[in-house]
Amino acid sequence: MSELDNFRQEVRTWLEDNCPQSMREPVKGFEDLYNGGRNPEVTHPDQVVWCERMAARGWTVPHWPKAYGGAGLDKDHVKVLREEMARIGARRALDSFGISMLGPALLEFGTEEQKLEHLPKICRGEIRWCQGYSEPNAGSDLASLATRAEDKGDHYLINGQKVWTSYADKADWIFCLVRTDNTGSKHEGISFVLFDMDQPGVTVKPIRLISGSSPFCETFFDDAIAYKRNLVGEEGNGWTIAKYLLTHEREMISGFGAAPKKSVGEVALEAFGSDPTGRLANGVLRHSIAQYQLDTLVFGATMARVGDEAKAGQGLGAASSIFKYYGTELNKRRNELNLAVGGEAALGWEGEVYRDGTVARDWLRSKGNSIEGGTSEVQLNIIAKRVLGLPDA
Amino acid sequence: MALVLNEEQVMLRDAAAGFLAEKASVAQLRALRDSGSERGFDPAVWRDMVDMGWAGIAIPEEFGGLGYGYTGLGLVLEQTGRHLSASPLQASVLVAATVILHLASDAQKSQWLPAIAAGDALVSLALQEGVHHAPLGTAMTATRDGDAYVLQGSKRLVLDASAANQFVVIARSGGAPGEEAGLSAFLVDANTAGLAIERRSLVDSRGAGALTFDNVRVAESALLGAEGEAWAGLERALDIVNIGLASELLGVACEAFERTVGYLQERKQFGRVIGSFQGLQHRAAQLFAELELSRSIVLQALQAIDAGDDNLAVLASAAKAKLCEVVERATNEAIQMHGGIGMTDEHEIGFFIKRARVAQHSFGDYNYHLDRFARLSGF
Repeated sequence: MSELDNFRQEVRTWLEDNCPQSMREPVKGFEDLYNGGRNPEVTHPDQVVWCERMAARGWTVPHWPKAYGGAGLDKDHVKVLREEMARIGARRALDSFGISMLGPALLEFGTEEQKLEHLPKICRGEIRWCQGYSEPNAGSDLASLATRAEDKGDHYLINGQKVWTSYADKADWIFCLVRTDNTGSKHEGISFVLFDMDQPGVTVKPIRLISGSSPFCETFFDDAIAYKRNLVGEEGNGWTIAKYLLTHEREMISGFGAAPKKSVGEVALEAFGSDPTGRLANGVLRHSIAQYQLDTLVFGATMARVGDEAKAGQGLGAASSIFKYYGTELNKRRNELNLAVGGEAALGWEGEVYRDGTVARDWLRSKGNSIEGGTSEVQLNIIAKRVLGLPDA
Repeated sequence: MALVLNEEQVMLRDAAAGFLAEKASVAQLRALRDSGSERGFDPAVWRDMVDMGWAGIAIPEEFGGLGYGYTGLGLVLEQTGRHLSASPLQASVLVAATVILHLASDAQKSQWLPAIAAGDALVSLALQEGVHHAPLGTAMTATRDGDAYVLQGSKRLVLDASAANQFVVIARSGGAPGEEAGLSAFLVDANTAGLAIERRSLVDSRGAGALTFDNVRVAESALLGAEGEAWAGLERALDIVNIGLASELLGVACEAFERTVGYLQERKQFGRVIGSFQGLQHRAAQLFAELELSRSIVLQALQAIDAGDDNLAVLASAAKAKLCEVVERATNEAIQMHGGIGMTDEHEIGFFIKRARVAQHSFGDYNYHLDRFARLSGF
């Protein structure tokens, strides 16, 4: 038996013994994902147990080095672990911005001390992180951000405001872009700092969205303290890290474009019926759905091709630049079709008959996909300039 | 299978690009058109292509080909799209050889496929009758008469009709138009009595034509495969043909797009290059995205042919529909973004939109294939 087979056996046995039955049920929605933190929100007490057990093996973030709380697994072993978890329907034990965003940035740009300080707490789900990027006057033009960081020797004093800070009301620490220098171009003088949200100088106000949910906040800093040991990269070099992280964020958001389990066409057939030739009875709607499903298929083929090219050592090709733009636009199209197919039932806002407005709320929420993490228009600018080599205006 | 090209495939693609740029470019197509060429292609260039093995790329080794698969042929077709190279590569190799491969007996394959691979036989498919692709609507009749069949009817959009020496003719030996049963395929010599071949002039300046069959008698041995049972093989062959055409269209769209981006980078108005205007930049960036998607579905569909994928029909209609949509947008934008110069015959960009529309129409356009994609997807 190969080493990999042995590993599979070990994982299988361990999962059988340690994964609580309740954690083998599919998650019901975003709220069901476990994010950890000092005061974790749980929908089931087993979430804490499951996370602790997985973290003890380094399996909440299995590909990170052991020294930082991971298990140091290579791709093949991670794949086995995922397959074995999928086999029994085990949930991911921990989901967080620490894992998906800050961690990769620290691994790339952080000092050894910073990695040892922060990564293990991310792996164990002890600290929940949020991202302080956008400001009221720095949205698409992120580099014009104005939150000030004043040098006070061993720390900075932070003053200013962030907006669209995801889950700031639930986070313990923030990774934040601040301005340490005003003299050069707007891309210079930006620094990437980490600090504790639990201090008198930090105030958080949730923003209610058109979908009724409040995943984002306004975050105010009034003489908040960020210690210099938590400055990542060099002072004034934060834009490089910001760009690196944005790529991660965009990849994450573009994943929303994946095809749903039951195709829109199948759902529409139930709603509208078919004509004598077996075609969806409404020809206009049928055309829109066919276009959407075709584009979903070709988008999936493109994700696969870019993945295969990267695996073959051909690097991340130009095609990857379209993911954020295309994936989010596709997701909006799908949600509009859900509304068209669902009719009155899709317009419900509250009440059991409307499943508390899931369809409408998802539809409204999808409008933000092509805004957050770089608008579609900014993505098209990037393609035009960096890929096609078209000049600035 | 990984969606990447291997080293051999990259070499084949690059060799094709180099050859076609020199020997079969847009300038050569223009010269063929202006000389009023009856044939519509240069036989010396075709001979070179045959000598390089292109006519046998996708034909199995046992039948005199290279057994290199349709992915290889697709890469060459993509390059012919980039250069608008006129040759019987579509008619004889992509279409006729594929139909023969799927319908004929081993003995017939042994007779005809090596001849196609060697460039000795130039075969073309005679399928379309009305102004739209509707294979099940075939009405041309094949009536049994002793040990022969009598063919009666007419065909159009027969590629390279003037140059072909053999035709694969789809006709009804039974059933009614609209039905799958009763369709048969025959191999008919171009010199058979009662067969009239008329050269037709289409916008792409290639050698298409129309055939009229007036009581054409062919021997029983002309029947490819079993009488009345051609549909299954023909449908599969047409899926492959459409994926090949999608490859060609990918080349047409990419070349038209790249030439247009080049123009945006050099044309100046209002004191600056027009490519600096966001109104044009975003349209170009959106087209770039569509072209990347197009490249993915074409490669996936080509690989599916070689892998014998059961899902080929869906992928074929997806690839053809998507490429029809994208090439239409790419060529329309190419003309618009070139402005006045794009409307002149002197400029080459106009040749791309013309070839694109004929290749789009051939064997089913966007409307045909998106409808088929939806039907195959269950709605």
